[in-house]
Amino acid sequence: MRRDTNRTSVFTRRALILGGIEALALGGLAAKLYQVQVADGKRYALLAESNRVSARLLAPPRGRLLDRAGTPVAGNRMNWRAVLVAEETDDVQGTLERFSGLIPLSDHERARIDRELGHSRRFIPIILRDFLEWDEMALIEVNAPDLPGILIDVGTTRLYPFGATLAHVIGYVAPPSEDEAEDEPLLALPGMRIGRAAVEKYHDLALRGRAGLVQVEVNAVGRVIRELAREEGVPGAEITLTIDSGLQQDVVATLGAESASAVVLDAQNGEVLAMATTPSFDPGLFNSGVSQAQWNEWTKNRQTPLINKAVAGLYAPGSTFKMVVAMAGLAARAITANERIFCPGYLDLGDTRFHCWSRYGHGALDLRGGLKNSCDVFFYEVARRTGIDAIAAMANRFGLGVRPAIELPEARAGLVPTRAWREGHGHHWNPGDTVVHGIGQGFLEIAPVQLATMAARIATGRAVEPHLTRSVGGAASPGADPASWPALDVPAPYLHMVREGMWAVVNEPGGTAPLARLDLPGVQLAGKTGSTQVRHVSREMREHGHFNSESLPWEFRPHALFVAFAPYDAPRYALAVVVEHGNAGAQRAAPLARAIMTDVLLRDPANRAAPAPAAPRVTARAEAAPIAPPDGPPPAETR
Amino acid sequence: MIERRLYRAEGFGLAAKLRAVSWLYVTLLTLLALVGYVALYSAGGGPAPFANRHALRFAAGLVILIATALTDLRLIRRLAWPLYGLGIALLLAVARFGHVGKGAQRWIEIGAFQLQPSELMKIFLVLALAAWFRRASWERVGNPLFLIPPALASAIPVVLILKQPNLGTAVITALVAGSVFFAAGVRWWKFALIALAIGLATPLAYHHLHDYQRARIETFLHPESDPLGTGYNIIQSKIALGSGGLWGKGFLHGTQGHLDFLPEKQTDFIFTVLAEEFGLVGALALLALITTLIAGGFVIALRARDPFGRLVATGITTNYFLYVFVNLAMVMGAIPVGGVPLPLVSHGGSALLTAMFGFGLLLSVEVHRDVAADPEREPF
Repeated sequence: MRRDTNRTSVFTRRALILGGIEALALGGLAAKLYQVQVADGKRYALLAESNRVSARLLAPPRGRLLDRAGTPVAGNRMNWRAVLVAEETDDVQGTLERFSGLIPLSDHERARIDRELGHSRRFIPIILRDFLEWDEMALIEVNAPDLPGILIDVGTTRLYPFGATLAHVIGYVAPPSEDEAEDEPLLALPGMRIGRAAVEKYHDLALRGRAGLVQVEVNAVGRVIRELAREEGVPGAEITLTIDSGLQQDVVATLGAESASAVVLDAQNGEVLAMATTPSFDPGLFNSGVSQAQWNEWTKNRQTPLINKAVAGLYAPGSTFKMVVAMAGLAARAITANERIFCPGYLDLGDTRFHCWSRYGHGALDLRGGLKNSCDVFFYEVARRTGIDAIAAMANRFGLGVRPAIELPEARAGLVPTRAWREGHGHHWNPGDTVVHGIGQGFLEIAPVQLATMAARIATGRAVEPHLTRSVGGAASPGADPASWPALDVPAPYLHMVREGMWAVVNEPGGTAPLARLDLPGVQLAGKTGSTQVRHVSREMREHGHFNSESLPWEFRPHALFVAFAPYDAPRYALAVVVEHGNAGAQRAAPLARAIMTDVLLRDPANRAAPAPAAPRVTARAEAAPIAPPDGPPPAETR
Repeated sequence: MIERRLYRAEGFGLAAKLRAVSWLYVTLLTLLALVGYVALYSAGGGPAPFANRHALRFAAGLVILIATALTDLRLIRRLAWPLYGLGIALLLAVARFGHVGKGAQRWIEIGAFQLQPSELMKIFLVLALAAWFRRASWERVGNPLFLIPPALASAIPVVLILKQPNLGTAVITALVAGSVFFAAGVRWWKFALIALAIGLATPLAYHHLHDYQRARIETFLHPESDPLGTGYNIIQSKIALGSGGLWGKGFLHGTQGHLDFLPEKQTDFIFTVLAEEFGLVGALALLALITTLIAGGFVIALRARDPFGRLVATGITTNYFLYVFVNLAMVMGAIPVGGVPLPLVSHGGSALLTAMFGFGLLLSVEVHRDVAADPEREPF
């Protein structure tokens, strides 16, 4: 009994010790609980809040683009699309099968959908088909009971009311790439588009706007439970362009079926009133993704519809370059105002004979006569005396060979060669090279917008830059005031002489571009033709009379150019027209220039002076292409 | 006095036994299950999918509880070793045919019923050890040779559970066995020796741990180093607890639980759901209830006259304590995560029924507190 009592007391003691240990442990838990819940509670409460609350960006509407009159040229439109929420259907594949029974899905669409189903969470909608037509929507709605998980959703898409007419100026938008979306979270939002070309690209950041912020409560897998707070985004800025959409339409219509481009500037301040390139493309097609067939058609087309030829098409300026050569000669004192140069129909330099377009020669001509007749020999000689570097410097002053500051990322600088440039490429600069550059051939590569800029600078004597933006989000862009453009560093008498020559080209009997003469009372146009061959013409062919550009295949015919400004006495508008493979500037480009300038002037009654008798018409000889230098510059091509 | 008790033991009818059941203890258990119902209601966002099933299971558990409580302790004692054998057989079966879940074989399916034999094994081991030590005198317990069979009997299931692998349950099993050894009067220095041996063997054992077990320990030591990996559970759990504060966010207003940041919130992390919504006050109230149950278990142990009953009550209570301690310490980030549920609160049928069986044994000890488990021997 004593032993048993002993055992009992041992057990009792042990049980109490065990219980005590356990009580201590539980007390420890309570203390730890106090530490976590109360002592550190604030910190954990904050962490719980940041767990729970997730900020989501709201896609802002993209800013509209307006023309100078306030007409929308790029806007946004509702876009109805069918989306699938995978978690709302038990049988995703079956639902898709039934959907494609109603609205056929191509194999590559199915592949995309399967891919997105694979890596999206099941509650995130997946777009099945964009841009639903009304009857397709009706079909889906009627069959809704058979299509669990399929909803019709509304998004926005970019709308271009003027379509192909302004495609090259406005550009287009397309969904961002995955890389871009990674760098900028706003772009990852569904339906966001990024400007891919032209103004849409240049002003992309302003047009995008600022994303709104919505704070939502989310669970651990990111599903939105409810909205907590919302801060609306700022819509993209509305941008007013300098373009006159009515004029633009007319210019496009005037260019017609040619592969051509035309740029109309306000010569006083450089505003681009019209910038047309034909053929063009429908920018709206990029919204929904361009089909391979369409893409092939565009890229294989020799007339390069996707390229904005007005800023990215580079051509030898041909005789339109002669004004620059003239001013360079005057500035370098290589010729004087009244000096006459005799044209026998050719110029011999060493062993090489350079021909004038007129094989009989023009006789003795002064500068005005040289321009009026577009005499090649006169400008061969001026160039020879002046030297290429002085010519290049003058060309740069008129915006040639310099990338224009226009709001088009596609704009190119082109090329005005110098001796250093040539030597940098490991060649000598031959005296013959200088001679051919006197008539705008050789290595020169100039974009039409640069020619228009040159015309504007000649006309006003101001260093205007072509530009497309009048205001961004209501804030006026600088440059609308002519006084804000500095004067050109060219003596006024030189400019005046060149203007006079350009007037004679169009308005004087014997000038090369009578077809450009305006049929408007009291307004005269001054201009200059240009024709630039794209292919080496051998002297032999020319001398034996085999050269007839009209008989050449289209892509070997010379380009036709024309630069102009008007009114002559109070210059307001500058213009450049380039017709690819149009053969001769005087015949193909001059009439287009006349039609366009007439339209421009008629749209601007303020610049129409009192009626005056129209000058009599005189037929002029067409201008032919001169010979290319012996070592042959690369043919000027639009690329 | 002794005569009266013996008389009661002989004429102990069913009605008398029913009256002898500690209905207070049953009420406390029901209260605990009710806490579980509330927590699971919140975790599931309504009576489905967890709370109602929990209630049904608890109802079934009550039947087991009462049936076990009414079972004669002498019968239980006679069945102790056969049950131990059954437990070992089940562990072997799970090693062979078991369902592999979360990288470990822990479950076997008996019909529609999933069984986790390691849970049952701990109870069977307590019974077997209690049966072994019931007649041992102080001197006998002091004899090392006498301790070899129960040590082996404990080592076999611990090793089998380690092999599953389930480190947490193996440690708990060893500790439960140790509690019975301790209560039986095994000398202090022997425990000190074993503790020393374990301390020395730990670095060696670490190399034999499974990667996930090592990861758990690493994560435990530095949870913030890998916030989206294995440390995620602990961090989110601590955030849930901490953001609950003193008074909690209110019933059904816990963001961590309702927004699914809490992992396995209906099972291992159910305590955090409660602590987030009811705060420190609620958590301490639950802890108080649990402490009362554990204290009740010790009271039952101390009141029992028969050594078998005492040891069973001590072992069962310590088993329950270890469940609670490991689970709570785990969700507070105080020990490595171990996949141990909170009995009667967590969702899970097998664990609940096993726990109820254990409490049934405890109540049986209480009901039969005056009955000698060894009729051939004078009780004390």
